[in-house]
Amino acid sequence: MSSETKQILTTDGIPLEVSLKKAEKKNKIKAFLLVAPLLLFLIITYVFPIGEMFSRSIDDKMITNMLPKTFKEMEKWDGQELPPEEVFTAFYYDFKVLVEKQEHGKLGQRLNKEKNGFNSITKKLFRQVKRKKIDESTSIKEQIMKVHKRWRNVEYWQAIKRTAPPYTMSKYLKGMDMYYAADGSITQVEEDRRIHRILWLRTLEIAFFVTLFCFLMGYPIAHLLATLPMKYSNLLMICVLLPFWTSLLVRTASWMILLQQQGVVNDFFVLIGLVADDNRPEMMYNKVGTYVAMTQILLPFMVLPLYSVMKTISPSLMRAGKSLGGTPFVAFWKVYFPLTIPGIGAGCLLVFILAIGYYITPALVGGASGTLISNQIAFHMKQTLDWSFASAMGLMLLSGVLVIYWIYNKLVGVDNIKLG
Amino acid sequence: MALPSYTETRYRIWHYIYIAICTFVFFFLIAPLFVIFPLSFNAEEFLVFSEGMKNLDPDAFSLRWYKDMVYGTKNPWGLAAKNSFIIAIFATLGSIILGTLAALGLSSRHMPYKGIIMATLISPMIVPLIISGVAIFFFMAKVGLAATHTGIVLAHIILGTPFVVITVTATLSGFDHSVTRAAASLGSNPVNTFMKVTLPLILPGVISGGLFAFVTSFDEVVVVLFLAGLENTTIPIQMWTGLREQLSPTILAVATCLIILSTLILISAELLRRRSERLRGINR
Repeated sequence: MSSETKQILTTDGIPLEVSLKKAEKKNKIKAFLLVAPLLLFLIITYVFPIGEMFSRSIDDKMITNMLPKTFKEMEKWDGQELPPEEVFTAFYYDFKVLVEKQEHGKLGQRLNKEKNGFNSITKKLFRQVKRKKIDESTSIKEQIMKVHKRWRNVEYWQAIKRTAPPYTMSKYLKGMDMYYAADGSITQVEEDRRIHRILWLRTLEIAFFVTLFCFLMGYPIAHLLATLPMKYSNLLMICVLLPFWTSLLVRTASWMILLQQQGVVNDFFVLIGLVADDNRPEMMYNKVGTYVAMTQILLPFMVLPLYSVMKTISPSLMRAGKSLGGTPFVAFWKVYFPLTIPGIGAGCLLVFILAIGYYITPALVGGASGTLISNQIAFHMKQTLDWSFASAMGLMLLSGVLVIYWIYNKLVGVDNIKLG
Repeated sequence: MALPSYTETRYRIWHYIYIAICTFVFFFLIAPLFVIFPLSFNAEEFLVFSEGMKNLDPDAFSLRWYKDMVYGTKNPWGLAAKNSFIIAIFATLGSIILGTLAALGLSSRHMPYKGIIMATLISPMIVPLIISGVAIFFFMAKVGLAATHTGIVLAHIILGTPFVVITVTATLSGFDHSVTRAAASLGSNPVNTFMKVTLPLILPGVISGGLFAFVTSFDEVVVVLFLAGLENTTIPIQMWTGLREQLSPTILAVATCLIILSTLILISAELLRRRSERLRGINR
């Protein structure tokens, strides 16, 4: 057989097998060329910058470049006792260069992050260097040690040594409320200052409960939409699709109006006598507001995947279950519910992914107790300008999301996402 | 949903509870949007229903906030609307072109590494917007496109293409490739085949993806907040600033206009979906 196959030639005299392979390859390249523009565009403007966030988050080159001689000398120092004369001399010459470039302030700030108290002693040293008070012909170690007693403290020199590597994981540790202690070990911050851990837990908690609420509310209406006759379900579908297409800010604005203290929801509670008129509960600028608004905003993302799965389930299956002696509840639980599990998985993962990175709604209705990790990232990007910390937190969040995305891809497949 | 007459009482009760739950959820979904309409016609400056409004007193209603939206000197809504439309239109065009090409390639059975490439192309939809915002801001700042329309348009193309890719690949999944082969056998070149045969058939998917891209761009605030300067303010930015500082009725007038716009988009998307299903021969 094989020898016969080989003998089949195309009109050009090329064996068919070769010709076919060539054509396949050509088709492959053709298909790839169609995808290439978008893929390249995304890699340059999107994937690569996310990678750059990583190098920014671990970058600590600034100080490495500021004190090159010092770090070279420090390699020989064991870090136990006060450093030898050479380290002090190298530090002095590095510092002199920084003073000339007027960058000594940056050094002080950076070292102060490593250990409190550096800012003032670098300023003191700066004044001495500026007035040329340091005599370069005698022991520089003695003179620097006289500037301030902290320069005689070995802990401060250990702190400088710790900043030597051009890369640091300290931003990631900070994101988990930990830091490098004086001896270089990883230590937790005091219990009352663990703000980031609270935020991470709160983000997970809110994302989890929003997903749960969306599921509990979305399942019945998806079922109703899938079982009603087309002409009714199309009408009701508008109730799901209109919010889906409406601006996020408009929906958040309407919740701000509804939930305010003199708002419609509170008016209603007063009317039915649930609360006293002079004791209206605060429903906005706290977790309640975040839960309510996020559930309503993300609900369509739960309903649509559920609906598209339920639509494919034949009603005769339920009838068969009932005719075989199951009560409606049993028939639902044993027949219908298992068939909807793919839809449940798709909807829950989608809502969870979207909820975990939510920013706008918590920022507007969340107040202090309803803000999420995204708000903290935005805060560091815009207010403190600590971009490397914002990058580190962003990547920590991203790695969580990517794990869920991966699971989603395995279970549902990204090409099965349905829109509208 | 009428119940058969032999239904037992407890299932009858359960059925009514189920209907009640569904009614509540539908109400929960749609009612918040309708609070905005009446309040945007409020004659007073407060965002609560006044006594006059509750009694349907005509004097309690007015168009003053709509006038303020259009003619108000302090409100840069005109500039914001202009910017929003320009940015959204260009971003939509860019997304449609890049996204459709990519979808055509992805739907080919010869496409290598389909899974990983698809996951990459969809990722801007999955990655939290705040992270996209930070990354895109770093990139645009480096190439000097921060605070320019071009930068924002490029950013919105990134965010909009996943929708086009998804809708067009979905349309192509039911596509009968023998029609393109028929065209080729009749002597049509590939470009001509695409324009005359493929494109008309996938057009509903392309347009509905375009609508998603348009809405994404028109409604996008997180990335724009990082990128926009004073000159590039958009409607979402103005709304965001307004909602943070002072919730004024003018915002509700704008919101009403946006709801009307989204209703129009919803109607066109629905019509397109039905047309697309008809073209692909899916009958329900």
